[in-house]
This record gives sequence, structure tokens and C-alpha cells, in this order.
Amino acid sequence: MTSILKVEGLTKHFPGSKHSLFGKRDLIQAVDGLSFDVAAGEAIGLVGESGCGKSTTGRLITRLLEPTAGKIEFNGIDITHLSNAQMRPIREDLQIIFQDPYASLNPRHTVGTIVASPFRIGGITPEGGVKKRVQELLEIVGLNPEHYNRYPHEFSGGQRQRIGIARALALRPKLIVADEPVSALDVSIQAQVINLLKDLQTQFDIAFIFIAHDLAVVRHFAQRVAVMYLGDIVEIADRDTLYSKPKHPYTKALLSAVPEVDPDAIGSRERIRLTGDVPNPINPPSGCRFRTRCWKAQDICATSRPQLLQIGSSQVACHFPE
Amino acid sequence: MSAFLEVKDLCVSFPTEDGVVRAVDNLSFTLEKGKTLGIVGESGSGKSVTSLAILGLHKGSSAHVTGEILIDGQDINAMAENEVQSLRGNLMSMIFQDALAALHPYYTVGNQIEEAYLVHNKVSKAVAKKRAIEMLDRVGIPDPHKRVDDYPHQFSGGMRQRAMIAMALSCNPSLLIADEPTTALDVTVQAQIIDLLRDLQKEFNTAIILITHDLGVVSETADDILLMYAGKEIEFGTVREILQKPHHPYAWGLLSSIPRLTGNPDKALAAIPGTPPSLISVPSGCAFHPRCSYVSRVGQACSASIPELAPTSAGAHHLVRCHLDSTIRENIFNSEVAPNL
Amino acid sequence: MFSYLLRRLVSGTVVLGIVSAIVFGIFFILPADPARLSCGKTCSEELIVKIRHTLELDQTLPVQYGRFIKGIFVGRTYLKGTPAELNCTAPCLGYSFQTDQPVTALLKDRLPATASIAFGASILWLLIGLSSGIVSALRRGTWIDKFSQGVALGAASLQIYFVGLVLQFIFVNKLAWLPAPGYSSPLHYPVDWVKQMALPWITLAFLLSAIYSRLTRAGMIEIMGEDYVRTARAKGLSNRTINMKHVLRGAITPIVTVFGLDLGGLLGGAVITEYVFNIPGLGKLSTDAVANLDLPVITGTVIFSAVFIIVANILVDLLYAVLDPKVRIQ
Repeated sequence: MTSILKVEGLTKHFPGSKHSLFGKRDLIQAVDGLSFDVAAGEAIGLVGESGCGKSTTGRLITRLLEPTAGKIEFNGIDITHLSNAQMRPIREDLQIIFQDPYASLNPRHTVGTIVASPFRIGGITPEGGVKKRVQELLEIVGLNPEHYNRYPHEFSGGQRQRIGIARALALRPKLIVADEPVSALDVSIQAQVINLLKDLQTQFDIAFIFIAHDLAVVRHFAQRVAVMYLGDIVEIADRDTLYSKPKHPYTKALLSAVPEVDPDAIGSRERIRLTGDVPNPINPPSGCRFRTRCWKAQDICATSRPQLLQIGSSQVACHFPE
Repeated sequence: MSAFLEVKDLCVSFPTEDGVVRAVDNLSFTLEKGKTLGIVGESGSGKSVTSLAILGLHKGSSAHVTGEILIDGQDINAMAENEVQSLRGNLMSMIFQDALAALHPYYTVGNQIEEAYLVHNKVSKAVAKKRAIEMLDRVGIPDPHKRVDDYPHQFSGGMRQRAMIAMALSCNPSLLIADEPTTALDVTVQAQIIDLLRDLQKEFNTAIILITHDLGVVSETADDILLMYAGKEIEFGTVREILQKPHHPYAWGLLSSIPRLTGNPDKALAAIPGTPPSLISVPSGCAFHPRCSYVSRVGQACSASIPELAPTSAGAHHLVRCHLDSTIRENIFNSEVAPNL
Repeated sequence: MFSYLLRRLVSGTVVLGIVSAIVFGIFFILPADPARLSCGKTCSEELIVKIRHTLELDQTLPVQYGRFIKGIFVGRTYLKGTPAELNCTAPCLGYSFQTDQPVTALLKDRLPATASIAFGASILWLLIGLSSGIVSALRRGTWIDKFSQGVALGAASLQIYFVGLVLQFIFVNKLAWLPAPGYSSPLHYPVDWVKQMALPWITLAFLLSAIYSRLTRAGMIEIMGEDYVRTARAKGLSNRTINMKHVLRGAITPIVTVFGLDLGGLLGGAVITEYVFNIPGLGKLSTDAVANLDLPVITGTVIFSAVFIIVANILVDLLYAVLDPKVRIQ
């Protein structure tokens, strides 16, 4: 299989605050040495808790942020340090959907204008004209094509997220980064949007990076899942392996923390309770970053940072994998 | 003997430019000490408005509240504001979803806990501070005697929610209302907070009303579940009744639409069509009927009249508001819904 | 904290340097000849040349500016080595063309009147503005709110010279309840001081309290909608504690900032107020200096008020860090 995206050693350090006049500025190590591939047409999930760097990763890949180090290769082209102008033709193939359907749509533009914006920016006239194409897109995402002239505030949260999806879909991209696309939506609406994204992914053969904190949501969308902790991937595996045989203690703990809907199944599940919160990315723990909350941690975990190694069908960064 | 908390025919309405909005419509339920009631619903279902009404927090606003809210036999709704004040934080208290916004940014965590304690206890500041440290310690804040002087922004998200719980429990309330207490938290921290609430409940025999949209959270914590839709109670029962044998098509829809860690992930989720209604224009009859797949089995009644809240075939405890016949509902659930869960 | 203060002081000094250079440059851009201006009525070409030499106006611009700055920090001596040697001790801002007095002495002389106006009026406008704003916010939508905000809107749109002259006409000219405004030392004549300052205080406070009332009201109403105020109610606090502790504490921070800047600005000279009421303060000093093209005095007053504004800015930022624990000074 050919890969559409190759990420190697991707790093983003944000400048933090300074403590004295000539002192060094703190560095927030949001993403630190991330490597993974996405195959053409593949749906990969990126999960982790707040501060793990999953959203930053999405913004780096779509080049909304400038990477500090590492390499991003999209469709065979090194896009790590391309300028905005150089990125423009590439954006036709590389789109992003945001979490907040209220903040990510310009309230003064009609839905037609919003969905047509990729054509305008790219200077592209689709076959049959922009309007016809936009109406087709609205229909694809399950909106009434007659609502072309309405404004975002006339739509509900779920419908707005559909508008964002139509916009991302306009140029038939090869890869869509979806950053928490359903977490702002009501439970009954979440399923609609997950189903829609899944249909689009298979129908148009688009590769997806699905960023979410909810493991159950990712399970219903992704074929492969990467678990992030404090700026790094700790485990990456195909979906069934990851959910049934997690190898990294953090993945195990994360799965065990998901509340169980069936009251009778609660007792039968293994209960792992992590203590404390995720440490501060300004001063991440030495060695394995998860060691401060890990029940298996030994001396080596503090001194050496585990590399992502192939174990069975998973890749795991742990000195003591399951 | 009457229940510890008894809510009877609670209605909360707000005047708006588009007419009167009935945010909560004829809600009744009971809750005993040491038990947890989960109120579940989506945005606009009226669950948060209900919780504020129980604390009497609509007093002094434009909201119109009718019905009775009896705690230990005293009607909160009939009381004057200053009478309710002496009960708030004392007999009953509340924790909120976003602890960063719900704590005053300019006062220390300790100061805010002390204040809650001092207002209901005639003690010195030093005693109140000791109490604050003791409570922070109890909810699992490390170094409580140091952290007591921190400001909320110096706490992590999980610690802030713990501090809120410490504040709410400082006067040993008999009733705790938790409004989406874990929604803003990460899963691993959410699990810690759920455990903490459960432990504290055992220790203090507190009655808890847990307001949430998350069926997993409610399943792990509640004894009973009250399901709300468009301001109305549409189903009430034990956790097992609601999550394993629900009777309302909306409950079926919710259960079928949530992604889970079990079951076949490649099958499309059975999403509920449409969107939750706006309270300004609630559909006629059963508010859920435009989104319901079983309207055709009833006919005109669904859009014409509001179904009564009636016991199901499971017993008098399990109540549902649906025009479908009880046995038909059981058949539909067993043959069409349950196999797909 | 210390390094922050140091940085702010350094940048403040740089700003002062720029301000002084610009004002100093005006000397030379103006068509008027400073030597002729300071010469007086009985003037001759000889005298002008002599004055030019005395004031060191025959030197190049950078030299003059350098000596001016040196004068501020270490003092300077005019006509050094001659019998007419004139020693101007630091901080030396030169001599007035009009009165030949040292500018520093003039500033020192005029500051008490301006400070009296500024501090007296600010206490008054804070009291009136905050209390009416609080009452308006708590009684939102009632006639008290509508009345006080109506008055505030009207007051904010009036001008000092209008309100001042009307009040003076009524209370001094017609009713004769108050003496004509002016300045007496509060140490020696406290009663006269209050009577003479009453109208400037009331006039300034009338206008500024309108602005503060609206600021307070808007701030209080915004904070009342915050989640933490709902938490305070859920704790069982009384409305009084909630409003006076939680709400006011949240609303007061931006007001303190505005207040610091207003006060700093006023201390540099309540120009219009002093002009309208003819009070011998810094503002009057500078308007008179402008009218007479008394360049050393203009320079002096401008630099002096710039110092007040810069210091007020630094103090406000420090105060903000004290009031808002989320702001860490670094």
C-alpha cells in the first residue's frame, strides 16, 4: 500500500513564559518526536487526553502550525516548511474539519459561500459550475441543497458540522484531518456525523486522521489507532488488536476508564485507576513520560525513553509491555 | 413515610420575546438518602433548569416556578429567598461542570471553601481553615495545607473539580446535585472523580442527583435514571430497567446510537434522525414524535396528544410516557432493538 | 518582579527621552526666536545676541539638547566663568522667559493646586461613580437605574467649561455661597481650601463619575452572569455578600486600571478645569506658557506630565498583578 502521509520525528515546541530578565524561556513540548504513516484511503484514529498533543499534531500536518523539527511528507512531497503560497495547491488534497461547528464557520457568509470557498481560494471552476457543485456537496452531507443561501446561525450544531464537512470535501481531498469532529455535539447527533464521515471515507476513498479523546468513538471510525501521551505516540496498532489486546499500560488504563453503559458488565471489567493528572508538558518526566502514573514503572523507565517497537502486530513504546 | 426528596409537579417557565418557554414541564420524582438519581437528557431537555430549581436558584430571576420541592418535608419552592439561603450549601449543595469558571478566580481555593463553611457554622476563621484543609485532604488533594492557599488557576482540571467537591461537602449536606461533574475532564480523571463521589456518598450517606448526558457515567453511579426530553420526564426506572430494558423509543435510540467498546464496530451506528427540538417550538403531542420510527404503529395520537406518564408492564416503579402499548414496546425492544445493541 | 520593574523603568526613561527630544525640537521648528521672546519690551539687537549667548542658543542643537538633559540630572551652570555665572541645580529645566524663575521652582509651586484638584475630585467621582453604578446594576431595569444612567449619559456628553461656568454662575455669582475658585494651602487655610476647590471638584467629579458609573454598572452586570457567582449563591451566601464580595471583586479590576490612568493624567495638569476656574495649577501654567510661547516652561510641563503618566502606567500594571492573581509579573 502506498502511504499518503509520512511523519518522521515531528516536533513542536511552543515558547512559554520567562522567569527572569536574561533567563531562558520555558518550552512547552506539545509534540515531541512523533513518527507515523497513513496509507491512502486509510482511517487512522489519534486518541489521548488533553495536553497529549493530538490537536497540535493535526494542525502541524495541515501546516496551520510551523513544525519545530521533523519531516512531513504528503503525497510524496516534503511539505514540512512550505510557505502559505506553496501550500495552496497542496491544500486541495489536504483538508481539516474542526471541533467547534460554531466558531469555525464565518457567521457573515452564506452556507453557499462557505462551502464554495475552497474553489475560490484554489481558483478552480468545477464541472457544471460552483453553485451546482456546492448543492451536490450539501446533498452528499445530508443537508437540503435549497439552503444554499442561509447563514450558519440558522442551522443546528450537527448541521453546522455537516457544512464544515461539505467544505472539506469540496475539492475531493486525499486526506482529511478531523479534529474532535463530534465532541461538541449532542449524543443523538454524534452517531449521525460519525456515520456520515464513515460513508464518505469509504465512498470517496479519502484517508482520514480522526482526532478524538473518546476511545469508543474512534473505535467506530478508524481502522488503525494511535494512542498519544504527552506529545508522543505510546502505542499504534490496528483497531481490533488495540482494543482487545492493548500492550501499553496507558492504553490499558485508558480503555478501563471508559464508563460502561451496561450495568451488568461493570463488575466484569478490569479496573485500573491512574492516579493524578497528566504532567505539565513544560517539564515532562525523564525517560518514559508515562512512568509517573504507571504501576509497572522501574528504574529504567526514568533513565531511558522507550522507542516505538514492533511487538506482535502492534508498535509499542514501553519497557514492560503486556 | 415520605421520601427524603420529593419533587411534585415541578414546572419552570421563562418569559422570552418569542413567548413563554416551558423548560421543565410537570416533573415529579423522589430520592432517598444514600441513593443516586441520574437525570439524563440532551441540550434543552431541562435537566440543568431542574437542578437549579431544587436549590431555589431561580428565585429572583424571571423564571416562574410552580409545584413542590420537598426536602425532609420542607417545601423549597414555597420558602422565601433568605430561608433557602440557610439551606443552600448546608442541607443541599451543588457542583458544576466547568470548575474553572465556577470558582472565583481572585480568591484562593481555601478562602472559597472556608467561606462555604463559615456561612453556616459559627466558628473562627482558623477553625474554618482547618476544615478546608481537612476537606481538601479528604478529596485527595496532595499537600492540602500548602495547596489551600493556591488560586484555582494553579490547580489542574481534576484537582479543581475535587476542590469544588470539597467545597460542596464542607457542611455535610444531605443532598448533592452534580451537574455534568465530569464532562470537562479527561477519561482517566473522570474515573477518579466518579470513584471519589461514590466513596463520599457511602461515607456521608448523601443523596446525589447526577445530571449528565453520558449513559456510561450514569450507569456506573446511579441507582435510578430519569430520562428527560424537551422539558418532560419521558421515562423513569432503575439503572437496569432503563439501560437494559427501556420502554421509550428515545431511550432505544440513545442506547443504539452511542459508540461502545463492545459489539461490531463496522456496523453503522443506529442514529436518531433529526435534532432535539428547540423549547420555543416544541412539537405537538409527544415531543419526540417527529424523530420516532414507530409513530406509524400508533397513528394520530402521537402528534395529537401528550401521552401520560404510566407504569410499564415491568411494574409500578418503571414509568414511561409513550402512546405505544406496553406489550408492543416489549416486543419491539426484544426483536428489533436489543439484538443490535 | 524586580526585573520587570527595572525593564519598565528603562522603557519609561526611553519614552521620556523621546518626549523631551520632540518638545525640545519645537524650539527650533517654531518661527519665533527664543532669544527675542525672552528679551522683553525694551529690546535691542545687542541684547538679543547677549541673551542668545546666555541661554547657549548659539550652540548646535545636539549640544543644547545634551546640556538640557545634563541639567535635569546633574544641574547646569550658565555663563560659566563670568561674573554673571548662574547656577541652576538639578533637576534644572531652564528659566521661564516670562518671569525668569527656574522652571523647576514653577512646577513645584503649581503642583499642590493640581494635586488638590486631582485627589479631591477623584475621591468624589469614585464615591459617586461606584455607588451609583452598583445601585444601578443591582436595581437593573428599575426607575433608579434608568434615572441614574440617564443622568450619567447626559453628564458624560457635557463639557467641563459648560458645567463649570454654569456652576460658577449659580453658586458664586448668584447665590454667593462659595468664594471664587482658587487655591489656598490646605495646611494653613483648610476651610478656604475646601470652599475654593469645591466647584472644580464637583465639576470634574460630575463628568467623570458618569463614566465610572457606566463602567461599574456594565462590569457588575457582566460578572453577575459568571458561573462563580452562581456557585456563591449555591453556597448559601447572602445576596449582600455575593454582590459586595464576589461580584464587586470581579468588576473592580478594570476600573482600577482606568482610574490609575485618569489620575496620572490629571496630575500632569487638569488643563481645562484649571483654565475655566483660573486655578494656579500645572494646567494653567502650561496653557499660559503656550499662550506666551514660554518655551522652557512648555518643555518642563510636558516632560513633567509625561512622567506622571508613565509612572501611573507602571503602577497600574503592578496593581493589576496584585488584583488579578492570574497575571504573573515577569
